Amino acid sequence: MTDAILPPPKKDPQKRTRTQTLPSGLRSRAALGLTAAAAEGRFMLQVCGECGALQYPPRDACSTCLSTELPWRDIDPAGKLIAETTVRTSTNTYFRERTPWRVGTVRLDAGPSVMCHVHGDAPRGGRVRIINRLDKSGQGVLYALPPEGTPNMEDDPQLREITADPKFRRVLITDARSENAVALAEAFAKAGASIIFIGEPEGWRPYPHRAALDAIPNVQIVPLDVTDTASVAELAGEIGGKTDILVNNARFVRPGGIMDRGDTVFARDEMEVNYLGLIRLAQSFGPAMRGRGADGDNSAAAWVNILSVYAYSNMPAFGAFSASSAAAYSLSQCLRAEMRPGGVRVMNVYTGPTDDAWHQPLPPPKVAPAALARSIVSSLKDGLEDVFVGDVAKDLIERWRAGAKVLEREMSETDGGGA
Amino acid sequence: MAVRTSRRMGYEGVVLAAPATTPYQRFSKETAHWWIARALRQSLQSAGLSPRDVDGFSVASFTLFPDTAVGLTQHLGLTPRWLDHIPMGGASGVVALRRAARAVQAGDADIVACVAGDTNHVDSFRRMLSSFSRFAQDASYPYGAGGPNACFALLTDHYMSAYGATREDFGRICVAQRDNALKNPHAVMKKPLTMDQYLSARMISDPIALFDCVMPVSGAEAFLVMREEDARAAGLPHAHIRGSIERHNAFPEDPIQMRGGWAMDIDELYAMADAKPDDMDLLQTYDDYPVISMMQFEDLGFCGKGEGPAFVRERDLTIAGDFPHNTSGGQLSAGQAGAAGGFIGLVEAIRQVTGAAGPTQVEGATTAMVSGFGMINYDRGVCSSAAIISGAGT
Amino acid sequence: MTIQATDPSALLGNLAEALATGAIEVVDLTHTLDQDFPVIVLPPEFGQCARFRMEEVSAYDHRGPAWKWHNFTCSEHTGTHFDAPSHWISGRDVPNGSVDEIPAERFIGPVCVIDCSDGAAADEDFELTPEIIEAWEAEHGRIPAESWVLMRTDWSKRRGAAYLNMREDGAHSPGPTPAAIRLLVDERGIRGFGTETVGTDAGQGSHYTPPYPAHFYLHGAGRYGLQCLNNLDRLPPTGAMLIATPLKIKNGTGSPLRVVALVPGRT
Repeated sequence: MTDAILPPPKKDPQKRTRTQTLPSGLRSRAALGLTAAAAEGRFMLQVCGECGALQYPPRDACSTCLSTELPWRDIDPAGKLIAETTVRTSTNTYFRERTPWRVGTVRLDAGPSVMCHVHGDAPRGGRVRIINRLDKSGQGVLYALPPEGTPNMEDDPQLREITADPKFRRVLITDARSENAVALAEAFAKAGASIIFIGEPEGWRPYPHRAALDAIPNVQIVPLDVTDTASVAELAGEIGGKTDILVNNARFVRPGGIMDRGDTVFARDEMEVNYLGLIRLAQSFGPAMRGRGADGDNSAAAWVNILSVYAYSNMPAFGAFSASSAAAYSLSQCLRAEMRPGGVRVMNVYTGPTDDAWHQPLPPPKVAPAALARSIVSSLKDGLEDVFVGDVAKDLIERWRAGAKVLEREMSETDGGGA
Repeated sequence: MAVRTSRRMGYEGVVLAAPATTPYQRFSKETAHWWIARALRQSLQSAGLSPRDVDGFSVASFTLFPDTAVGLTQHLGLTPRWLDHIPMGGASGVVALRRAARAVQAGDADIVACVAGDTNHVDSFRRMLSSFSRFAQDASYPYGAGGPNACFALLTDHYMSAYGATREDFGRICVAQRDNALKNPHAVMKKPLTMDQYLSARMISDPIALFDCVMPVSGAEAFLVMREEDARAAGLPHAHIRGSIERHNAFPEDPIQMRGGWAMDIDELYAMADAKPDDMDLLQTYDDYPVISMMQFEDLGFCGKGEGPAFVRERDLTIAGDFPHNTSGGQLSAGQAGAAGGFIGLVEAIRQVTGAAGPTQVEGATTAMVSGFGMINYDRGVCSSAAIISGAGT
Repeated sequence: MTIQATDPSALLGNLAEALATGAIEVVDLTHTLDQDFPVIVLPPEFGQCARFRMEEVSAYDHRGPAWKWHNFTCSEHTGTHFDAPSHWISGRDVPNGSVDEIPAERFIGPVCVIDCSDGAAADEDFELTPEIIEAWEAEHGRIPAESWVLMRTDWSKRRGAAYLNMREDGAHSPGPTPAAIRLLVDERGIRGFGTETVGTDAGQGSHYTPPYPAHFYLHGAGRYGLQCLNNLDRLPPTGAMLIATPLKIKNGTGSPLRVVALVPGRT
């Protein structure tokens, strides 16, 4: 059984912070299909479009019929651990620092055998289920779990390397004024975060849920306005070195597109918060987080952006806001690349209309703050990179993948009620 | 696939000669080109030939980058009319032999120099592992980066649970080879190995422990393939090729490797050589890990599948034993010089059957089987090969 | 010390000397332009007054080896600032209603300070009424035409949330009643009216008729507003000279200010 991790000791100021090393990130283009699936936590393999044969490792032609049509499909993750080893010396520094490391061969019920990481509680020679997750180099890897949950399962050191579990980690949530703030703080408190910093902009004007925020265990309200470079830099100077998970929750949302607005005032505000706010946070908090990716049980683990799913395809009723979300989405890809050497995951949570004042006239379904918060915490525990919350977001991304141009035309017909 | 009915052509009139081994070194500042040149020169000198006499050239190496056999011709001043580059690692010796023999038989070349060599720089093993093959890069190296140790640990773990093999069974192979190596002045390992030492060695990748692993070294091996009449005219000791097989990606449906390609082709090998297992005076298996030697005992017909553990308990694998195996110490005790690891058994076997093995000579040996195994492309060795050779006296 | 010279250059010479000796002191009535300084808050469906923001462009580094400078952004109505007539709908047709059109001499003038600090301390919705103005005049004399009138409340000493003092029913801060403003504008002919709060109107000023009476009457009559003033407690009730020069912004409705007053020295 997995030993529960203990609250990490205070940092020894005389010790050098361990530099993040990485498992090999080299992959063929075909193998990146596994990475793409891992970003959403899906176990997918190539299945021959002509003869139906399952393929592994990823390849460019079917090993049964030579067809080059090899789409990725979700695969039954059940299998049996038919061989295992514990690697005790490795040529790769990342693994060398983390040995012993359990790996095994799992024969999938679906057919092929796969080499994979193996959870400490997976029974020798027994049934397992495979998950596909991103490792510290941001590439998809297969991981065998025991078929059922076990006590403290999430604390397995190999598993914790591919997740961003908030347990014992210190979290910064931006924008205390947002209607999500209470639900987020509560969810992180429940998940065992040791400190929950809540960034409060414009402390000179009140907001209704401040007392509720303050009452949540381990919450500390700190001044932070993502539109103010000095404020972001100052807070990073104070807590940047102990921010393990940053939830970029600040969003400026207003309805309207281009011509009905008639000015660029809200558009600027949208870019100030949604786009430049992300840059400011990343410039101030990013370097310290990237430098602490391997800093023990409370290492820097994840950066969470809450984005509108309309980043993918513009919803004209919120047209300018959609555009700022698209800008933030693009920026998040840059941030991912820059964070990768530190092994810090950048998780984008895409949501459709949220249940708040700005989407009040829209018809359901809408994403409630509690649902958003639950999804963020569970996705961190799962170590995901792309999360689509709620029916609208899930529907939209499916349509986008089916055909972005078709979706664009569909979006122009919507009244703001979602795709 | 249609059943093959026509018999394969034999290797009459073609022989193997001038076996050469450069003494191995753990690490080297030199390049693969340097090591290959040394082995080639040694082989040619022993045959009284000059580089100009070589009109066929076959190379196996992992560390020539960015060169191939092509670059080596200019580098070494060779002008061959037949050129081959064999990227098959542990199977490359027998495969080089097969191709060169057919070239000489057909008259495409008169004398083919077959050389394998690699250098071992301080960091070259890690570099090679990380980009060994596309499947390894994609699907095994990211999982602990244990390299072949981890891959063979999985095969060993599975073999042990499937057939009840114990670590002591594998230890018998390693201890016997160390005993053989002590007679080989060029072996990298020079201290005796006891079963207790084997069993108590530190784990590398369970159940693989320190003495189950080869030591990567720098080195090169070479031999010549030529017409029998030319060998006789030059007075060169030589060996005949009685049969050979090779196979790639055998049994892809096996969930994990329990057998190599030999199992597909072994009957053909014995038929071609008109021989049976008992006729072998010695066996040189590809031995990067003992489990694969044990599988070769089975797949090459010396015992049944799953009987490897019992076989090694009953037989004495030393030079003086009833089943001389890897008489130079093999890779486990002499060292693994990259692709030269695919030649070590063949070059030693040529020496054995021509009575030129010196301190490791098996008394009266005339017939040997050599098998090769190579390229853990992902989770298993893809290439297998084997040959039976006999000294000129038979 | 009394100034008796009538020759303009002598007057200025005397002024220079008085400034140099401290006989006339300069009081800074300006708050620092600071990212955290409150601005007026409107319902969120309206565009908002931009907060003061500053971005470093270089600081003697790879972005500019020998120089340091910032880009800053803010509203015309951020921090201690000037309201021109064109700021309000009632002043939209006033001649010279924007900051770039206002003749420069209008930026300097005498100032009367009505101390409402005790009242504001007792009542956050304290109102400046005609009665208070008349009581002040009874003590200090009639407010001269073309003078600035400042309502001192010591509100500038408030910090953080206490400054706007926002509650669910809006902001609560002192200000003038419609009648008080009409008295100052129509009957006294003042040049402008200034406060220490975020606006010239009371926090609850939208509930008067007309809403925001100070804005409505001042600007409708071509007069000016000053808000977010500081250090009003250092001004005498009369006798000081106010200098408030907005940036010359084309068609600007207002401008951040560095506003100072010349006051008799303590000597």
